[in-house]
Amino acid sequence: MNEGDSKGNKVERKTIDIVHQGLAKRYRAERRFRLYGLTAILIGLLCLVILFISIVGNGYKAFQQTYLELEVFFDPALLDQHNLSTADYTGLVKSNLRTMFPEVRGRSDKRQLYKLISPGGAFQLRKMVLRDPDIIGRNISVWVPADDDVDMLMKGHFKADVAESSRRLSDKQLAWIEQLKEQGKIRKKFNKTFFTAGDSREPELAGIWGAAVGSFFALLVTLLLSFPIGVAAAVYLEEFAPKNRWTDLIEVNINNLAAVPSIVFGLLGLAVFLNFFGFPRSAPLVGGLVLTLMTLPTIIIASRAALQSVPPSIREGALGVGASKMQMVVHHVLPLALPGMLTGTIIGMARALGETAPLLMIGMVAFIVDIPGGLTDPSTVLPVQIYLWADSPERAFVERTSAAIMVLLVFLMLMNAAAIVLRRKFEKRW
Amino acid sequence: MVRKTVVLVAALVFVFVTSTGVVNAQSARDYISIVGSSTVYPFATVVAEQFGKTSRYKTPKIESTGSGGGLKLFCAGVGVEHPDITNASRRIKGSELEKCRQNGVNEIVEVKIGYDGIVLANSKKAKPMKLSRKDIFLALAKDVPDPKGGESLVPNPYRTWREVNPALPNKRIEVLGPPPTSGTRDAFVELAMEAGAKKFGWLAAIRKQDKKKFQAIAHGIREDGAYIEAGENDNLIVQKLDANPNAIGIFGFSFLDQNTDKIQGSFVDGMQPTFEAIASGEYPVSRPLFFYVKKAHIGVIPGMEGYLSEFTSEKAWGPDGYLADKGMIPMPDAERKKYRADVSKLRVLTALNN
Repeated sequence: MNEGDSKGNKVERKTIDIVHQGLAKRYRAERRFRLYGLTAILIGLLCLVILFISIVGNGYKAFQQTYLELEVFFDPALLDQHNLSTADYTGLVKSNLRTMFPEVRGRSDKRQLYKLISPGGAFQLRKMVLRDPDIIGRNISVWVPADDDVDMLMKGHFKADVAESSRRLSDKQLAWIEQLKEQGKIRKKFNKTFFTAGDSREPELAGIWGAAVGSFFALLVTLLLSFPIGVAAAVYLEEFAPKNRWTDLIEVNINNLAAVPSIVFGLLGLAVFLNFFGFPRSAPLVGGLVLTLMTLPTIIIASRAALQSVPPSIREGALGVGASKMQMVVHHVLPLALPGMLTGTIIGMARALGETAPLLMIGMVAFIVDIPGGLTDPSTVLPVQIYLWADSPERAFVERTSAAIMVLLVFLMLMNAAAIVLRRKFEKRW
Repeated sequence: MVRKTVVLVAALVFVFVTSTGVVNAQSARDYISIVGSSTVYPFATVVAEQFGKTSRYKTPKIESTGSGGGLKLFCAGVGVEHPDITNASRRIKGSELEKCRQNGVNEIVEVKIGYDGIVLANSKKAKPMKLSRKDIFLALAKDVPDPKGGESLVPNPYRTWREVNPALPNKRIEVLGPPPTSGTRDAFVELAMEAGAKKFGWLAAIRKQDKKKFQAIAHGIREDGAYIEAGENDNLIVQKLDANPNAIGIFGFSFLDQNTDKIQGSFVDGMQPTFEAIASGEYPVSRPLFFYVKKAHIGVIPGMEGYLSEFTSEKAWGPDGYLADKGMIPMPDAERKKYRADVSKLRVLTALNN
């Protein structure tokens, strides 16, 4: 260091040196910070990937169902023309099984043989005969669903090489299944029943359609009620309400309601809608009303944010060219705030789709087989269906629960994706 | 001003009409409404589905509210907004019968449908346990008789099964069981724990003098971590047993029956929990299942007689019936005959001591 230099040069070099030293440290800190952020995102993504892999791994097999081919002779002796509805179709299935395996004797062996086919086989034959009574007396090849134990064996969930007492299928049943495999009469097909049937106690006959229709009706009621009320409330609070203590109180309460646990709304629904007004229990109408109460705060808060984001120049400009306050709000501000309101609504609907707790209190957690036809028919919703299946002892319900979760996740992802697309497309940056 | 009032009046009329319309929809209820026990739920749903698919009536709607919750809803009154039938994994209590009478529910038909066994199961990777009910009481109770002797109670000191009974393996006591809200827990403490406690002479004497005090001792389950409340999801207990071969799980027979490839039932008082042993009564931990019907609703709600006759038919509750396939233990012939006669005559429950 030159002592001869003027004081000024010495001080400059020192400062630059200090700055340069600090710069390396600062760059290192920034890189570390970016690394933390990246790690956090990766951990989140990893959890998501693990979740998807476990659900899809458990559930993809449910989209196939094992069917058996029966050569059914629609025996006129068993099917009395005047009593087709109550004829013994189970007996028809049994007699056809005996024809396929004539060497089976003894009551206990025959019972094991009959157990290879699901009770749904008899229902399927009944539907065929009622639809077209002309098939009585004919020989038709029908593919009937196999029992859920056979289905689990074919899909590899049940092992065949353990001791007989540790199995749900006996040695004889395994031998018959092998025989059917050689003859090509047992096959896995696409599980259409899963998408078209309602709930059932037999896993091979159970489907999500009833729950899906119930979810649709409940969400329809929620949308029709919560969107107009929410938007109107937000517009009033934002544009027309005077700034006094009452308005502050309302704002605080709305923000609190958004954080209330959802089961409280269920209790409110039970007390007000069921006990006081006397609405029917387990109806999508009541479910929709309870979900409306739950999504209303979310929509109001999102709509208010959207209205606040519209610049005041739009409002003043409208008033300046002679619009009344009402015209200014409805013709100028509202259309510009609509994309944000729609985004908030869709996110609120997605949350309502996945709710189970509030519907528990109003009776929608029930075993309902028939597909609901209207708003007042008893029904259940998709998350409740998943919960009920998760509680059933039959092994085949494990994969169906995962498959139903996959369907629900697909709907939720579609709804959230729609929200993002809408926002990107219509958003105006000021 | 006039236009505003017209709109307001029209809105009020609309609301009024729709609310009465909705109430009318309720009064035209054309499906059977059933509530009650989560243990009877798997069996009642099979019958309901069978009934719905083979008759022209709608499938009954069945909710799983628990025995107590179901009886509460059932006894709330007569009318289409109240349930028609309630399932129960225990008999109706005197206080519930009284509440029913107070609310106008006077004519109740009691129907026993079968038995359900409660099993203590462990993973097939370990050896089956041979327990007595006394062992179960000593292993799981909160306060047990002093191991040193005498007639006092101490907080449960036993950590391993061998400490309870030298013939048992030297494994830590780890039991996954139902929570206090579950009917299965009520039945388990009544059938297994009370019987185990009665084996101590002085406790049996207390039972004769003060039943409530005895029940408080026998029904208390330890809370120091050896008994883990595993919730109502029995599928989860089965998975946990598969992962931990030292643990034992408490649940109904139907779950054991559906998972025989993974778990095995423990012997209780020398009896293995098989279908035959529970049906004959030799396996001691089994309880009867009931449902109760409001006679006043029969004839008003369509299909009730059909549902009752489907449930009490041999192809449903008989030894070869589809309910037995689902894990329900059928009643002996004489009992089935009695209850079938009760149902066909709609015999009303008068007192609880028969």
